[in-house]
Amino acid sequence: MSLTARTPASPAEPETQTTGSHPGTTTLLPDDPAPIREHAARPANAPAAPATTARHPTNHLAAPSGDATEKGPVAPVDLLRFNTCGSVDDGKSTLIGRLLYDSKSLMEDQLEALERSADLTGGGQINLANLTDGLRAEREQGITIDVAYRYFATPRRKFIIADTPGHTQYTRNMVTGASTANLSIVLVDARSGVIEQSRRHTAIASLLRIPHLVVAVNKMDLVDWSQERFEEIRADFEKFLPRLDIQDVKFIPISALGGDNVVSLSDKTPWYTGPSLLGHLETVHIASDRNLQGLRLPVQWVNRPNRPDDPALHDFRGVSGQLAGGVVQRGQQVVVLPSGITTRVKAIHTYDGEVEEAFCPQSVTLLLEHDIDISRGQMIVGLDDLPGAGTELSAKLCWMHPRALTAGRKLLLKHTSLTTQAIVSAITHRIDVTSLEPGDAPDGLALNDLGEIRLRTATPLIYDGYKTNRQTGAFILIDPASHATLAAGMLLPPKALVRPDEDGDFVI
Amino acid sequence: MSSRTNYHLDHLQYLETEAIHIMREVAGEFERPALLFSGGKDSICLLRLAEKAFRPSDIPMPLLNVDTGHHFPELNTFRDHRAAQLGARLIVRKVEDAIANGIATPTEGETSRNRLQIPTLLAAIEEFRFDCLIGGARRDEEKARAKERFFSFRDSFGQWDPKNQRPEIWNLYNTRVNSGEHMRAFPISNWTEMDVWEYIKREQLEVPSIYFTHPRQCVRRSGQWLPVSELAPPKPSETVRELNVRVRTIGDIISTGMIESPADDVDDILTEIAAARITERAARADDRSAEAAMEDRKKAGYF
Repeated sequence: MSLTARTPASPAEPETQTTGSHPGTTTLLPDDPAPIREHAARPANAPAAPATTARHPTNHLAAPSGDATEKGPVAPVDLLRFNTCGSVDDGKSTLIGRLLYDSKSLMEDQLEALERSADLTGGGQINLANLTDGLRAEREQGITIDVAYRYFATPRRKFIIADTPGHTQYTRNMVTGASTANLSIVLVDARSGVIEQSRRHTAIASLLRIPHLVVAVNKMDLVDWSQERFEEIRADFEKFLPRLDIQDVKFIPISALGGDNVVSLSDKTPWYTGPSLLGHLETVHIASDRNLQGLRLPVQWVNRPNRPDDPALHDFRGVSGQLAGGVVQRGQQVVVLPSGITTRVKAIHTYDGEVEEAFCPQSVTLLLEHDIDISRGQMIVGLDDLPGAGTELSAKLCWMHPRALTAGRKLLLKHTSLTTQAIVSAITHRIDVTSLEPGDAPDGLALNDLGEIRLRTATPLIYDGYKTNRQTGAFILIDPASHATLAAGMLLPPKALVRPDEDGDFVI
Repeated sequence: MSSRTNYHLDHLQYLETEAIHIMREVAGEFERPALLFSGGKDSICLLRLAEKAFRPSDIPMPLLNVDTGHHFPELNTFRDHRAAQLGARLIVRKVEDAIANGIATPTEGETSRNRLQIPTLLAAIEEFRFDCLIGGARRDEEKARAKERFFSFRDSFGQWDPKNQRPEIWNLYNTRVNSGEHMRAFPISNWTEMDVWEYIKREQLEVPSIYFTHPRQCVRRSGQWLPVSELAPPKPSETVRELNVRVRTIGDIISTGMIESPADDVDDILTEIAAARITERAARADDRSAEAAMEDRKKAGYF
């Protein structure tokens, strides 16, 4: 090995990987006071202590994961992706700034930059929103114009935040940020209560089937921490929730500016008995959100080493992809669609060796028993839970382009790893974004409109309803000339599933 | 991926499968992709991800590096060593040559090569007709990068238009470009500095020696320890000190601040990052010049 190369000394054990991922936790003292407002006194950027339901900072390390750096098996650190939405002045960016600041994920140079800009424009007041408003136009206009991604960690979880703008005209960015989220935070200004934007964002979260929703009632300081006001807003919200399709909704009274109930619980809301916002984010159960029902492997790439001279490789013909649903096991019978050929999984290859089984969303390479013609855009599925297939499709759509969609337009459609031509045969109706009720669409679908459409594709899609599978039920539309991304589509459940004929062949 | 129960992915496994998916999308959707490999820690992770995505086949794209002529020599040695180890084709295009050929023109007194590597890179893209470059940029590095997509479109002038980015929904990436345009793909967009080092540890990846502590002659300039080199000799007023230092992020030798550190292995580095109080890029003089420095360079075609 050359002098310039170094390699870590010992292989990492699974247990030490987990503990090793947060060496910073060792710097947390049991009496670590939180939240600390004076950043000069903070103990570096050690991940924040788990935000528990405890009102007393001294109880912070009483949480189960507080001893994550100690020996013994601990739960692996997982990842929660969430987005924040609200209207222009609801304080989204301030809330994110607060989460980063109080969880000690902000660095000194970032704070210095904030302080510099505070001196320049903020009259000395630090503006936490400047942390996420990364583009010059945003800082100048004081708005957020695009999805910004932020990262922070606590000993319990790693987090990816998508900060999505609240202006009506930027709904496409909210759909973008929300499409990969496990959880959505809708910010409501305690003074103005539930407004059209709140309903709109909640409806989009429902449409995109984000499993968890948090309604953060912000600026509680401006309504004197009134429990009555909080309950009023909750009741308003709950009035339209039954029309939506969200399983898990939590209401939390906060002040993002002051940090109350954001990382730790505030003594200003003794009537509130739930967790702090971060406490909820750290503990909300997301493991069962993943789709382990029905094996789906869209073929991304055919792995064929061109090595006729290598006996181990000259036969190797792998099918590579990321599982979009279910579990695949060695020896399992599978069918390749749309060709309909049935075969078995001979081996599941990964760079780290062969495995007995793999699950969604792992990336794998399958070796199949028969040497069949297979290529990108096809899908390997299990026999027990078959998908739909067809060229005539119905879908809900979020239109994202200034030029309105009208029936008859020819477009490109990308679904899993397949891109095919599609024609919009009909716009069934427009969906009212605040109520999700159907309405007329005489002029087609305009920018930021939601609607229901019928489509015909040149190649059959192998798909599930979006309700069943967020990956095999989703597609995007692309302008064949400009290549702009025009729309996000969510397929309605297939009317008929793929079925074997009397010979046991799958014909669609 | 060997032992597991209840179908759980930890955060690194999640980030890994996301990145492998993007690697394979590039291989599946583009005709002439390349992978930007500098020898730095982020692109070291990219190479391992490429191995994971494509083995036992060869990595189906060449490696590309723009050599500013101001690289740390250790970095170039490592770059060549790693490319040879993988049996990959490495294409190096030099800013010196671009200047000699009139592709890049330095202005009077310009010492940084940041601006000059842009035309050098764009000329390489044209020369090989690359339609997609995979890069190791991460969104946590810098505010303008926080808004960049996994698949980031570049027009025929190589420019990025941050206000007119394609929305990226689910993991359905719109990879379509016309001839002359190209795409930049960033598989580790969602990785933090900590994730990168944890991955280096888990995968036991080699990294260049300058990431670990070593004695080096430095001078104090603009609040940073800059390495003394032929390219950046000390000014008469400056005192040269030999310190035990390492790099946290690698730019050119004339603009990369060294940090005083005893970190001798990856575990030390992980501990150091966890306790760090400044961001990685604070050590890059090129990013400190203006609040929108990175945004401006990216718009012009920077990595």
